[in-house]
Amino acid sequence: MNSLFEYLLRLGDDSLILGHRLSEWCGHGPILEEDIAMTNISLDFIGQTTTILELAGQVEGKGRTNDDLAFLRFDKEYRNLLLVEQPNTDFGFTMMRQFLFDAYRKPLFEALMKSNNKQLAAIAEKSLKETKYHLRHSSEWVIRLGDGTEESHSRIQESLDTLWRYTGELFFSNEVDAELTESGVLPDMSGIEAEWKQTVDEVFAMATLTIPESPWKFEGGRIGKHSEHLGYILTELQYMQRAYPNMEW
Amino acid sequence: MKEQDIAILEQKFQEKIDNDIKIEPNDWMPDAYRNTLIRQISQHAHSEIVGMLPEGNWITRAPNLRRKAVLLAKVQDEAGHGLYLYSATETLGADREQTIDDLHSGVAKYSSIFNYPTLSWADMGAVGWLVDGAAIMNQVPLCRCSYGPYARAMVRVCKEESFHQRQGFEIMMKLAAGTPEQKEMAQDALNRFWWPAIMMFGPNDAESKHTAQSMKWKIKRHTNDELRQQFIDVTVPQAELIGLTIPDPLLKFNEATGHYEHGPIDWDEFWEVVKGNGPCNKDRVDARRKAKENGLWVRQAALAHAEKKKLRKQAS
Amino acid sequence: MSNKDNWPLWEVFIRSKQGLNHKHVGSLRAVDAEMAVENARDVYTRRSEGISIWVVESNNVFASDPSEAPELYEPSDSKIYRHPTFYTVPDSISHM
Repeated sequence: MNSLFEYLLRLGDDSLILGHRLSEWCGHGPILEEDIAMTNISLDFIGQTTTILELAGQVEGKGRTNDDLAFLRFDKEYRNLLLVEQPNTDFGFTMMRQFLFDAYRKPLFEALMKSNNKQLAAIAEKSLKETKYHLRHSSEWVIRLGDGTEESHSRIQESLDTLWRYTGELFFSNEVDAELTESGVLPDMSGIEAEWKQTVDEVFAMATLTIPESPWKFEGGRIGKHSEHLGYILTELQYMQRAYPNMEW
Repeated sequence: MKEQDIAILEQKFQEKIDNDIKIEPNDWMPDAYRNTLIRQISQHAHSEIVGMLPEGNWITRAPNLRRKAVLLAKVQDEAGHGLYLYSATETLGADREQTIDDLHSGVAKYSSIFNYPTLSWADMGAVGWLVDGAAIMNQVPLCRCSYGPYARAMVRVCKEESFHQRQGFEIMMKLAAGTPEQKEMAQDALNRFWWPAIMMFGPNDAESKHTAQSMKWKIKRHTNDELRQQFIDVTVPQAELIGLTIPDPLLKFNEATGHYEHGPIDWDEFWEVVKGNGPCNKDRVDARRKAKENGLWVRQAALAHAEKKKLRKQAS
Repeated sequence: MSNKDNWPLWEVFIRSKQGLNHKHVGSLRAVDAEMAVENARDVYTRRSEGISIWVVESNNVFASDPSEAPELYEPSDSKIYRHPTFYTVPDSISHM
């Protein structure tokens, strides 16, 4: 197995699938200004996907382009987190999903900036700027909805109760991570979980939200075992490439 | 105010317009001018917002990453344009949310073109090329409109829209030069969007009830038929260049006038769609209404939180 | 929907680059100043149009009355001695 390729798929697929989910909001946001804001974030993710999967294709060395990787793999070959493929449900659910992810992505990119792989470090540096803004945006919304009205509080608490079970997977690690750590591609990642937890605790305190006590944790996305949702995402995402194979667009 | 005073004010107002002096928000203006502008600008804003939907329909199915990013950025621009235009109506004393509610209740209109479905990827090309092309023809003269905030919003809109038509033409060009399936897809999209696109300029001048007054006020600078002719004249050669056929057997170039002559437009279809009987009228308005209704708890929560934050700040 | 659910209106001013004034570009809706800045960033700087944003709640803008324009602005039209072109100096003199 090519560990760096595998790792880049994780990064690229998280961006691809979450960007796809956010793009579903375009034209349907709760207010025009927020519609525009969510689309900006979605565009950042599509941009990240483009550069990360391009690098993945180069690292793999089989001549696959970023589009080949984004549009022409089977569902079990995608490496994104279960968290990012969860449906939009409502605006609060979308913001909670986004916040739990952004709070993890920020320290992750900060760490990856120290990678001995210069291309990966450069991607991390550029993406970090975007991620800082995403985190600011999503944490403000979690606070607004948590602290806002009775209705918004109960709705976003429910979103947290549902999504919390997918957060264990954020810190998934296997032989891919071990090998890349060994070779210095992955710098020390030990602080990421603690930083994530600290961000989450601070924001939830302001939002008056409570972390559920359920010990239940789902994982599987990182090794290609997805939820039922991914199949439907890919049905749309891959429609053109599957229906009209080998054409230029 | 006495009738005589109003007559003087109206005369001074028209003098300003005739001298190409812009009207600004707090200036005196006739009620009819204000109401015409509110109606026109809010219709324009609604068209931008409803116009997000037919293209939004293909965002999750765009064929590659580049097209996906471009389409998303374009649809986002339309949200921005709607917002700039709503801002302009608010300078006239109209409340944005009220005008949006008028759209949802069917009182306010928007461009009929968005009541046609987008059935294939090629429709993203046809919409960008023809619909944005027609919109630009309409909008460029509005940059010189007599009402300052509308003119300024349009300058911004036109600047941003210049990429919209190009990306649409690029999609069509790629398809027309592609496989037989792709070329057929492009021709089919052109067949479906051509007539609705040329109807976008509105009824013939003889039927257009607002044109004369709007031209006197310099809200409008060209008639519907002039703009339609201009659009046809520039678009037909573009179709020829990429090997697509305009679906009008009567279309021919008149050497003497230097203009294309086109076949009859089906105005019955136009008025049916305006009345709400187009293929997607209901879906479009329902989608917008649903977005507003589903967002209510979010907007309320944001307001409530801001209020609490303010109180906490005052208390500390 | 009632008016009480409407977000306040904000006027947006953008500095397009260091060395230039902030310039009015339009308005938008936001619940507070922080959100207004962020929304302005997303709405009005999508094409790198700005490096700094000011927002002012529209209610707080106090404007001069257009009907008073004659008494406010016209009196200065006659004070042409405030402009350098009012004075004649010999052609041979430069840098003045």
